[in-house]
Amino acid sequence: MRSWKVILEIARTHLFTKLKSTVTASIGVTFGIAAYITLVSFMTGLNSMLDNLILNQVPHIHLFNEIKPSEKQPIALYNDYEDALPIIHSIKPKQNQRKIHNALPILNDLEKNEKVLGATPQIQAQIFYLSGNIELGGNLTGVDIMKESKLSNIQDYITQGTVLDLRNTENGILLGSGIAEKLSLTAGRKVLVSTARGDRFHLKVVGIYQSGLAEIDDIQSFANLKTVQRILGEAENYITDINIKLNDITHAPALAKVMEKKYNVSAVDINEINAQFETGTNVRNLITYAVSITLLIVAGFGIYNIQNMLIYEKMNDIAILKAIGFSGSDVQLIFLSQAAFIGISGGILGLILGLGLSNLIDNVPFETDALPTITTYPVNYNPANYVIGIFFALLSTFIAAYFPSKRAKNIDPVQIIRGN
Amino acid sequence: MSLILETKNINKYFGKLKPFHVLKDISMGVKEGEFASIMGKSGSGKSTLLYILSTMDTDYSGELYLQDELVTGKSQQKLSHIRNKKIGFIFQFHYLLPEFSVIENVMLPAKKLGLKTPQEIREEAMDLLQKLNIDHLASQRASKISGGEKQRVAVARALINEPILLIGDEPTGNLDSYNSENLFQILKTLKDEKGLSLLMVTHDEDLAKRTDRIIYLEDGRITK
Repeated sequence: MRSWKVILEIARTHLFTKLKSTVTASIGVTFGIAAYITLVSFMTGLNSMLDNLILNQVPHIHLFNEIKPSEKQPIALYNDYEDALPIIHSIKPKQNQRKIHNALPILNDLEKNEKVLGATPQIQAQIFYLSGNIELGGNLTGVDIMKESKLSNIQDYITQGTVLDLRNTENGILLGSGIAEKLSLTAGRKVLVSTARGDRFHLKVVGIYQSGLAEIDDIQSFANLKTVQRILGEAENYITDINIKLNDITHAPALAKVMEKKYNVSAVDINEINAQFETGTNVRNLITYAVSITLLIVAGFGIYNIQNMLIYEKMNDIAILKAIGFSGSDVQLIFLSQAAFIGISGGILGLILGLGLSNLIDNVPFETDALPTITTYPVNYNPANYVIGIFFALLSTFIAAYFPSKRAKNIDPVQIIRGN
Repeated sequence: MSLILETKNINKYFGKLKPFHVLKDISMGVKEGEFASIMGKSGSGKSTLLYILSTMDTDYSGELYLQDELVTGKSQQKLSHIRNKKIGFIFQFHYLLPEFSVIENVMLPAKKLGLKTPQEIREEAMDLLQKLNIDHLASQRASKISGGEKQRVAVARALINEPILLIGDEPTGNLDSYNSENLFQILKTLKDEKGLSLLMVTHDEDLAKRTDRIIYLEDGRITK
């Protein structure tokens, strides 16, 4: 026999006759939620930008042939010295080719693996950039540029030219921005490179690559796989590295171990490559949530105060309502529905304000050498944040209103009526 | 005539550390269609008794019957329902919800009871206001009308659910002689015409003498 209509009617009348307190309470929630949305959008936007800065340039798993000593030295094969402790001086790395054995079948096998998003072949080559009698040491990486651009966003780091320019130019090179600056080269010009063996080649600069990390841009350039194979004088199956992107990055360490065994190569996963990366992300997320929750708690206290005051002002009304037949829980529901209204209206306004503020931040210019393709501050418009925001608005108003409303429920009408 | 309201050996104490015996063995009854008044000096416990009879105060020992039904020990939820349906209240100071209009104030208990449609309730409320000659105030804010008018609105509100018992805590106490006479006449008419039972606490001896029966309280005991 709950009479919702009357309860809501009374709640509404209270809200609209005390419009000032209602607006103040709603504004508290609005600002809390707006600040939460803005902060979370901005922080997670920055976070994912920083993450991508690293993630996009680092494969989840990297396969290569490592130069290292044999794990089993020849003496271990001698049965005569089975019980002895061999002491070997000056162990040399094992004579080994740099290319991955059976690279093409491995690539085919990887493409079939459903945990793998994609695998790209690469050739790492040490070269010199020549200009007059100046020799600059550097790396030339042979890539399948179309595949590469699908799996990483390498195109975001190409400041002049496009990936297509590289694919369509037989002897094209994507020159690192540091080298380009040193050698005063722009797209369309030619650069002379020499291999470690001394062979010289003219390559056409089809674009400029800028990763944002100076030590990479000063040495790193990209060319097509075939171009690099030709420069090195190697066959078409000469591939030194395989970069793998996974569907789920968390599987990287386990899969790396499996691949190491299966393909008989060295494999490192992203956690090994960049151990501090995850720690940094976690700490930044922690700070974001700590600040946001603080804001919501502050908003909650505002609501608590206003509800308390409202109930104090309405003591007489509560006593009258109870005398004419409203039960304690009816009275409690009146105050809780008021809080729900404040929470919903303040929360929705907060979401809109938060969206507006993050949009504002999104349009603030932000130019940095480290990120050639980013021109404004990054903002993450993740709908999940908005859902969490409105949920928190309701939760904090409910908690803030619950205790005052419980007090209203338990007010003894006789005391109020006789007290005056 | 049957008893509308009956008490058996009601005792009440105030305070916990040094209990003060306010009501001592109160056994009384109000008959159907009877207009009874309770009189006594300040501190004699007459208001305390009234609030126990009204079911709002549940902290007592003894038994309270309403229409031969034991009320003592029922849950707050049920007591609220009984107050809503069977008892009408008129207070000395606490009249109306100030933010609501006069008609809304009158309609509230009926809306809470929820037995009739809002349209029916509104018509009945208008009828009551008309009978009390305050129908012209219906859409006014309750805080904007005079004290005598407020008390008449309170009577209308007390009557909206057609209660069996009307309880007044010095309903005329805060009114001038003209308005208190007016209110008394209204209550008297209700009793005569509708056979309503009334019970009111009053200080006004002249008014009390015109009721059917006076219950005198002295130091927590009924003396007459």
